[in-house]
Amino acid sequence: MTYITKPLNHHPRLETNKLGLTRRDYEGAVSTLCAGCGHDSISAAIIEACFQLDIESYKVAKLSGIGCSSKAPAYFLNQSHGFNSVHGRMPSIATGAAMANHELLYLGVSGDGDTASIGIGQFIHCARRQLNMTYFVENNGTYGLTKGQFSATNDIESKSKYGDDNLFPAIDLPSMAIQLGASFVARSFSGDRDQLVPLIKAAMSHKGFALLDVISPCVTFNNHTTSTKSYDYIREHNESLAKPDFVPMGKEITASYEPGEKTNVALHDGSTLSLQKLSEDYDPTDKILAIKNIQESQRDGRILTGLLYVDPNAKDLKEILNITDKPLNSLNQNDICPGKRALAGINEGLK
Amino acid sequence: MNKIESINDFVIKFANVNGSGSASANQMFAKGVFRSGIPVSPKNIFPSNIQGLPTWFEVRVNEKGYLGRREGIDISVAMNPQSYGQDVNELKSGGYFIYDSSWKRDFGRDDINVLGVPLTELCVSEFSNPKQRLLFKNLGYVGVLCSILEMDKDIYISLINEQFKGKEKLIEPNVKALEIGYSYAENNFKDICKIKVHKSNKTDGLILTSGNDAAGLGCVYGGATLCAWYPITPSTSLAESFNKYSEKLRVEDETKKNKFAFIQAEDELAAIGMTIGANWNGARGFTATSGPGISLMSEFIGLAYFAEVPSVIFDVQRGGPSTGMPTRTQQSDILACAYASHGDTKHVLLIPSDPKECFDFAVEAFDLSDRLQTPVIVLSDLDLGMNDWSTQEFDWDDSRIHDKGKVLSREDLDGMERFGRYLDVDGDGIPYRTYPGTHPEKGAYFTRGTSHDEYARYTEDGDKNAEVLSRLLKKYQTASELVPSPIFNQSKNNSSIGVIYFGSTDCSMQEALDKLNEEGLTIDAMRIRAFPFNLEVWEFIEDHDLLFIVEQNRDGQMRTLMMAEGGIVPDKLVSILCFDGQPITANYITNKINAHLSGTPAKIASTGK
Repeated sequence: MTYITKPLNHHPRLETNKLGLTRRDYEGAVSTLCAGCGHDSISAAIIEACFQLDIESYKVAKLSGIGCSSKAPAYFLNQSHGFNSVHGRMPSIATGAAMANHELLYLGVSGDGDTASIGIGQFIHCARRQLNMTYFVENNGTYGLTKGQFSATNDIESKSKYGDDNLFPAIDLPSMAIQLGASFVARSFSGDRDQLVPLIKAAMSHKGFALLDVISPCVTFNNHTTSTKSYDYIREHNESLAKPDFVPMGKEITASYEPGEKTNVALHDGSTLSLQKLSEDYDPTDKILAIKNIQESQRDGRILTGLLYVDPNAKDLKEILNITDKPLNSLNQNDICPGKRALAGINEGLK
Repeated sequence: MNKIESINDFVIKFANVNGSGSASANQMFAKGVFRSGIPVSPKNIFPSNIQGLPTWFEVRVNEKGYLGRREGIDISVAMNPQSYGQDVNELKSGGYFIYDSSWKRDFGRDDINVLGVPLTELCVSEFSNPKQRLLFKNLGYVGVLCSILEMDKDIYISLINEQFKGKEKLIEPNVKALEIGYSYAENNFKDICKIKVHKSNKTDGLILTSGNDAAGLGCVYGGATLCAWYPITPSTSLAESFNKYSEKLRVEDETKKNKFAFIQAEDELAAIGMTIGANWNGARGFTATSGPGISLMSEFIGLAYFAEVPSVIFDVQRGGPSTGMPTRTQQSDILACAYASHGDTKHVLLIPSDPKECFDFAVEAFDLSDRLQTPVIVLSDLDLGMNDWSTQEFDWDDSRIHDKGKVLSREDLDGMERFGRYLDVDGDGIPYRTYPGTHPEKGAYFTRGTSHDEYARYTEDGDKNAEVLSRLLKKYQTASELVPSPIFNQSKNNSSIGVIYFGSTDCSMQEALDKLNEEGLTIDAMRIRAFPFNLEVWEFIEDHDLLFIVEQNRDGQMRTLMMAEGGIVPDKLVSILCFDGQPITANYITNKINAHLSGTPAKIASTGK
């Protein structure tokens, strides 16, 4: 991935957060993705979310696989460790890393090829194990880096830039993730910052596996009139489930939205995701309803966005495996090496 | 009638149906001999199947401590009519053939001693539970052996008591089963068998355990806190051993929480990925696998090599290629491991020869991997991993400190002007690393498998990439100085002929060398314990005109590695190869060496067995 350092000088009166940091402090290198790439908007939304939540960058680990999406972690949070692993295998790296130190915030950035094709096995098992991470799928329905092949999330009626028909149905990652036991599943659109930022904040505050399937049009290879992942198509067919607002722990819910019926989801860390309902029968904690809603909207040619499903009380992998609260990477030798005396007993037992 | 006569030196083979509960009885027999003070080497020869197929269990009893497999069966305990034909044929002339005579048979050989024991009839009359009637036949023949070999019955009674500790009501029927066989033999076979077990003290300081059990325990002592694995024979019991010992030794007293993570992954790709992820984040993680798993892990191994992330992999080798012989032994992953992954890669290999060394090398592997920031592969094999060996007691020095290598702390970073992840500061090819979450402003970097410069930045500058590749070669040189040295059988070389061997071949090699020596042939011997090869290895090769390399594979993979890495002239290195899936024997080695020296080139003569 190409690397251009950003100049450090910035406006002296930029807004700062609780840590005294500006948004610039959450940036990364200059993006080398195509101008107008949806992925850059997602990076910007991640920067905004981290800024707003006063996150310490160095307590974040950014992980990715291979592809355009997987380049993105270089373009936000300069002070975080990053790991650009191999194609489709980010979930296993994240699993090992999170088991070693559960105190960091794990952001996984993947694409539709990386997740829905080569890496679908690891995605599935990572979701079902409830790894505590936020997993972004920057979903553009195409293989950008290899110049425009269809991916497994592209719709069957879609045509490629070169006029080829997509012959196979799309894999719908959110419904899969819900079935697999992921405890936070949302879909959004890279062009809808108002929806995306609160969802990212909520996903990062959620304990357990949080999937954010973000439709992110590829301006170069999949933004033509016959594509179902183009900016125009998404804008026309996007149906938001609810207007989300994220309220961190200890802050009041402000009335930033028009009055209306609201659902508040209390997340594990004490923060709240407030959803202004657009649909009457919407309950984000009902798994069956969530899948039904997704299927129905698909049938009707609508793209449902927003928080699709959440179980705020789910156990994460660390709890399931009953792992100690002290990060494993911080245990000292006395904690983990049983020593000579214990070995004498073991020797005795083997005679 | 011809009768084999021997004290504390024989081979006994049990033929059973797999899934019939025989394995634990056979193991108990072996342990009883071990407790009598005589070294044993039990070998389970089993099918890749759960129930119904023939399975064998061979135990060599040898007071001199030769633990390698030996051809020829002295006593056969034939409990499987399916394999009677084969079992009778294998028995040496004058040997003893024990079978269930509830259904009488004629075995068509008049040079063997047939001992019919009506085990089924005896068990049916003693036990009412159909499952017990079947199961207790096994302890019945242990009782028979105890009697005819004149062993101390109390040893077996104690073993039964230990095995069923906590399930006390099983003790009495098990002891009864033992007694049934014992009394039958006392009454019917007095003075028939001329093979005896006499108490000795040759197991003082020894334990009876498998390489996998030892390696799993070694991982606990080596400070591993993550094991990610995918079930595959013959490595599964290594991961399970880590879990077993961790549950015993690594649970917090107060909270009852685990100081380890044990994750059965969805496949080998995920298992190695988790291992790399944990090590990247500063926790020692490992995976255990066998040949097919190494093939699958290769992409990730290349990433760990190039991005310089520690990771420990146990490859318990089995018969290849492909799925091969999953339940038979080989040393055929040497090249696949040494050069695993595409592009220019070379990996550190540790090659233990017995369970004690499996324990020691497990600990060593974590230190080396952290020190060198590269994958370390421990090459065991099925024979070593899954069979119990009479091996030296495990030892641990409480003053030994885990070497976490070049890791910068927050304080270190504070005092630094600029951190460069891949800078060769010390000139040994090993850079400094940081764990994520160490410092708010310094030390962050991007780990990647793409070409990068000293500051971990992506680069397409070919010179920069070549610099990194060259530095990795320097690191590899450093590795050769840190890995365990070879073991020499002689303090100084005495011959122009040498033999090179490694891994589980050790036990048969020692016996072969003694045998050759008795025959008047002195050859020098070197046991390779690691790759990259260090100076001592090259000196040994340099100092001899002719070298045999004994390997349990078809292609002479270690020989290829030596030629490739050291430019050794092929003619100088003569392969002795065994690849039929059975552990190599001393006779096989001596026959090949003698044949070569008397004019039959060993390489031509080597086609398995």
